[in-house]
Amino acid sequence: MTAPLLDVHDLSVRITRDEGVVRPLNGVSFRINTGQAVGIVGESGCGKTMTSNALLQILPPAAEITSGHIRYRRKLDEREIDLAALDAHSDEMHQIRGGDISMIFQEPMTAFSPVHTIGNQIAEMIQLHDSLSSEATRQRVVELLHLVGIPDPQDRADDYPFQLSGGMRQRAMIAMALASNPRLLIADEPTTALDVTVQARVLKLIQRLQRELGLALMLITHDLGVIAHTVEYVYVMYMGRIVEEGPVAAIFDSPAHPYTAALLQSIPSLTGKRRHIEPIEGSVPSAYALPEGCPFHTRCTQKVGPACEQQMPASVEVGPHHHTRCFIHTEKGGD
Amino acid sequence: MSNGATDALLQVRGLKKHFPVHRGLLQRQTGWIKAVDGVSFSLAQGKILGLVGESGCGKTTTGRMILRALDPTAGEILFRQQDGQVVDMAQLGRREVVQARRQMQMIFQDPYSSLNPRMPVRDLIAEPLRSYGWSARDSHARVGELMERVGLDPRYARRYPHAFSGGQRQRIGIARALALSPSLIVADEPVSALDVSVQAQILNLLRQLQTDLDLTLLFIAHDLSVVRYLCDEVAVMYQGRIVEQAATETLFTQPLHPYTAMLLEAAPAPDPHASWMEEDEDASEAGEPTPADDQGCAFAPRCRYQSDLCSQQMPALEGESHLAACHHKDELELQGV
Repeated sequence: MTAPLLDVHDLSVRITRDEGVVRPLNGVSFRINTGQAVGIVGESGCGKTMTSNALLQILPPAAEITSGHIRYRRKLDEREIDLAALDAHSDEMHQIRGGDISMIFQEPMTAFSPVHTIGNQIAEMIQLHDSLSSEATRQRVVELLHLVGIPDPQDRADDYPFQLSGGMRQRAMIAMALASNPRLLIADEPTTALDVTVQARVLKLIQRLQRELGLALMLITHDLGVIAHTVEYVYVMYMGRIVEEGPVAAIFDSPAHPYTAALLQSIPSLTGKRRHIEPIEGSVPSAYALPEGCPFHTRCTQKVGPACEQQMPASVEVGPHHHTRCFIHTEKGGD
Repeated sequence: MSNGATDALLQVRGLKKHFPVHRGLLQRQTGWIKAVDGVSFSLAQGKILGLVGESGCGKTTTGRMILRALDPTAGEILFRQQDGQVVDMAQLGRREVVQARRQMQMIFQDPYSSLNPRMPVRDLIAEPLRSYGWSARDSHARVGELMERVGLDPRYARRYPHAFSGGQRQRIGIARALALSPSLIVADEPVSALDVSVQAQILNLLRQLQTDLDLTLLFIAHDLSVVRYLCDEVAVMYQGRIVEQAATETLFTQPLHPYTAMLLEAAPAPDPHASWMEEDEDASEAGEPTPADDQGCAFAPRCRYQSDLCSQQMPALEGESHLAACHHKDELELQGV
């Protein structure tokens, strides 16, 4: 097996505020291989966005990485570097951010400046990471807009962001993210603000680009429907921890962690007969009062015993490439 | 579904809302935006009707007009009051609206911004009671009852909204809406701001209330799986008009309008084995609504079955119990889910 493109190990982040200390990430480990589509799913506050922000070192001012490493194989010289050890303002980090690893966001309007044409903004991205003549840059802009399925790219390049519809703006943002030929595309809730018919087309586009360009994709979302159809491998997060990971079919067919199972039980089905949905009782505990032990124990209906409240279970393999952290499985495994 | 005014709690006929468009230096009026353009439906006592569609289709505007939070441009809103008298909400004067509004309430999308942060929960829930003249003692007792009804611990009555989670705040919003025992509740995307695990709590609560209180609900939403779970009947809106309306299972399994079929096809089911958008990936520009002209079917520019007739003549919403506004509804064999 070749070395993964990105290997995050035991990543923890701490934020110190006047109100107290928040630990949005507690020992998060995951890997993404070259060209692989990986999903991170979880509810609000689980740390999924914080994870991507930590990768790119765009954390809020009071936040710091307290442990772990982020090994990344960069395209410049195929050398493996630890992003967690780099200074956020170093040249190396600038090269990675937007050059090797690009990001697309939920709200495309905030990613663009309203007073420049989308063509000029994409051109700026190209010139930041490549030295091309202005004609070649313009040509590349048109190519990129064509690649993301914007009709009449020659003319559209001279449009301002407000002149495009939501879906087209999202496409233009994807074009901008691709401007530097990244190896890894991070998509943070890329379609949450879009209508369902537009969402379907944007997701299909991301999928097509990922395959055609051999991009690695890290898709962050709360939407299990989106996850089910766009990625190969899924990480389920709850309160700053990865509680389960596995191939997408395994996660949906045989969820191993009580949280994953409960999450799937709580969404109404789109297809077939109406079945009863079972909410997860209570709500996510306050970020300032992280529970001891397994963070889900306050809402879990399958607690094994006092151990759940005392220590975080170790990761156990429950199937091929399918791992979870729950005492239900450590006991069966003959701990 | 019944079209008779006699047993319907709410009957809407030809409802319209046109907003003027002003342009240029002198802000001269240059046209109209027809946010809602001839919506008709009826809602029977104790039923939940889902009003679905994408952003800008007019579903929220329709809901707001029913409560007279917005004045309609045209149309009738026949509401049967608790005394049996049927009033046309569209024709009522200010004072009469206030009286009728006691019997129809609204639940909002955002449980964070729809509650005054400076009021403790018991005052928030008592506010509608007090404004209709309840005494402090009576409302106090009623607040406790309501909190239990929506699954909140009455001991928390003195707390402020910030101390509650999103799901609990939505419960407070529901308790407020129930305070005056309304016969109709308009719920505008009440679960779309909530996490999925909490969303299920609120959906089950609404179902429970429907059974226990014989509550009638107009449920405005964009999430089709939520609508399938909760609603008895569904109306699909597109560009200010209802394009299809039927009993929920009928609409999902045998859609008659190409737009409904397109929505069902585009929604990703949370199941990696389910099919999703197998065909027709190109057509990128056709993937978004274009402003409607007055002639013809508004959906025609995006429709893969469109014919000359579609661009010339507006189809009427027709049918017995399953209504659809499409010239070709009897010929098409559309896929449900």
